[in-house]
Amino acid sequence: MAGIPHDHYEPKSAGERWLHKRLPIAGLLYDTIMIPTPKNLNWMWIWGIVLTFCLALQIVTGIILAMHYTPHVDKAFASIEHIMRDVNGGYFIRYLHMNGASLFFFAVYLHIFRGLYYGSYKAPREITWVVGMIIYLLMMGTAFMGYVLPWGQMSFWGATVITGLFGAIPGIGEPIQTWLLGGPAVDNATLNRFFSLHYLLPFVIAALVAVHIWAFHTTGNNNPTGVEVRRGSKEEAERDTVPFWPYFVIKDLFALAVILAVFFAVVGFMPNYLGHPDNYIEANPLATPAHIVPEWYFLPFYAILRAFTADVWVVIAANWLSFGIIDAKFFGVLAMFGAIAVMALAPWLDTSSVRSGRYRPMFKWWFALLAIDFIVLMWCGAMPAEEPYATISLIASAYWFAYFLVILPLLGVIEKPLAQPATIEEDFNAHYGSKAHPAE
Amino acid sequence: MFRNIALIAVSALTLTAGGAIAAGEGGHIEDVTFAHEGPFGKFDQFQLQRGLQVYTEVCSGCHGLKYVPLRTLSDEGGPGLPEDQVRAYAEAFPILDEDHNRQLYDVEKGEFRTLIPADNFPANTTAGAPDLSLMAKARAGFHGPYGTGMNQLFKGMGGPEYIHAILVGYTGEEKEEFGTTFYENHAFPTGWIRMPPPLSDDAVTYADGTPATVDQMSMDVSAFLYWAAEPHLMDRKNAGFVSVLFLALLATLLYLTNKRIWAGVKGRKQHA
Repeated sequence: MAGIPHDHYEPKSAGERWLHKRLPIAGLLYDTIMIPTPKNLNWMWIWGIVLTFCLALQIVTGIILAMHYTPHVDKAFASIEHIMRDVNGGYFIRYLHMNGASLFFFAVYLHIFRGLYYGSYKAPREITWVVGMIIYLLMMGTAFMGYVLPWGQMSFWGATVITGLFGAIPGIGEPIQTWLLGGPAVDNATLNRFFSLHYLLPFVIAALVAVHIWAFHTTGNNNPTGVEVRRGSKEEAERDTVPFWPYFVIKDLFALAVILAVFFAVVGFMPNYLGHPDNYIEANPLATPAHIVPEWYFLPFYAILRAFTADVWVVIAANWLSFGIIDAKFFGVLAMFGAIAVMALAPWLDTSSVRSGRYRPMFKWWFALLAIDFIVLMWCGAMPAEEPYATISLIASAYWFAYFLVILPLLGVIEKPLAQPATIEEDFNAHYGSKAHPAE
Repeated sequence: MFRNIALIAVSALTLTAGGAIAAGEGGHIEDVTFAHEGPFGKFDQFQLQRGLQVYTEVCSGCHGLKYVPLRTLSDEGGPGLPEDQVRAYAEAFPILDEDHNRQLYDVEKGEFRTLIPADNFPANTTAGAPDLSLMAKARAGFHGPYGTGMNQLFKGMGGPEYIHAILVGYTGEEKEEFGTTFYENHAFPTGWIRMPPPLSDDAVTYADGTPATVDQMSMDVSAFLYWAAEPHLMDRKNAGFVSVLFLALLATLLYLTNKRIWAGVKGRKQHA
């Protein structure tokens, strides 16, 4: 698909021309920052900036924390206390980093659900979507390993439980688990490699973010109508778009400032609310906490992991069909990763010709149910593995898969979509009036 | 549509996060009010000093505070003792647990040296008691009302409440199992705790004349232990206020800028 026609960088002075011939960096920056952007983007399109900020915040605070942290089982916990007590402003930097992870996931979930509602994953934006899903997986890995570093009780036991998932792979599971941990159990070798990877992965994420942005700058942004920007001529495109700078830069920064005000209130006044008190107890391999609960942002997938117990008929069937190779534990692991895989496959599972949920009367309700389902799963993940939570988890997990594997493909066939606006300009003018016809 | 879903999601998220924390705790913990709670709460310096006295005269017999540097007793926003008092306090502090404080052993003299303000409070596990440096952050308190966690949202996780509830939660019953004596305590998750009731009325004599009831001493030492776990609480809240204030100002300016910029694109607003 051809890009949206727009003005390009023209080197004016001799110096600019000299540089442009050798390295067109000014042109690249100009084209990136002046990219034509659909003028009808709503407030759900601000999360990208929030996420970019989160990544920068985590990298900057993380680098400072790494200057004072010691990745050794005997010293890690004490070095965190050193940061909290002795390092100038250390307590604030650590609380920013801790809660920064929560803001990061809060924003990424809204960003993903925005995409799911407005059909941002659909052609031609599949690459953007899939790269986004890889970023999300890397974020989960990075956050998980970061949570191990303070070497508290939840760090240790969370690491033990999650790495134990790899042990559930039939046959080769245990050697893989030992290889990942660097030994038979979570110990110093594990802490060291987790520290190393926790430092590395954010930079991989940063590179993928560049690819993510490159991809959607190639296709152009989606927008609340799902209708594409007209590309016949520059004049036509300009009726549907405004340049990213200053219109969306300022709008996004305003949203970011509001969100950060709330975020800094959390950091300043209740920095431990989203954490678990047990992580202020130093790791003790001999004492298992009463309830091992992951951080809130992992809870929905943790609930899916635990939902498929040995007495569920699909698990029994899978066990029988695989001649006992797939047991309940391995099924749970497959389900957890499968829950993210089906989301990544959404571009090919959704058969509707209409992009935006705004013009899909049936889809709207199934989508709302999916959002509620996600919250229910999160709640179930926090609860002990007993009734009624086990049954609720199972139903909620089943709906998660049903949405992507059954409902999305079927809706495209049976749903009768509403009329979409012909152009973005038409939609925008219906909301705000046009400059030429201000009266309403 | 999306806005409603987002709003529901945000509110549900808050409640779920509370639920995650609720899952770990048992026992009966009442909500009590400390001076340091809420965004505007401040440590009561005199309460921290009384709490230090209770810690020194009662708790330190069995417990340690190995992550807390003695010098921080003179920090602003803490007990605020004068530096010479901290030095005298350090010198007089006994080292009961010789195995866990080897760094204080003077090889030449063949004995333990006295503490100086740069040292931490000594570790102490002689009676198998846990270190108290982070106890006030390692436990959660009252999780109500109705298990929603709203109390924790506004008043903090409630570690000091938990400590207070334990200290005043003894019923007087005791039992012996496998040669260990357990004391009945309604606040402890299992209902029976190995720690004998540490406080009794007038266990300490407060210099400021405050009546040393069990409840009073318990509140004082709980507040002190919260300071020990979160020594920069006051600085943190101040930083919170400054950040929120400046961000609110920045947001206002950006809001006005945004409105101005878009006025040229949004017809109705321009002519309003």
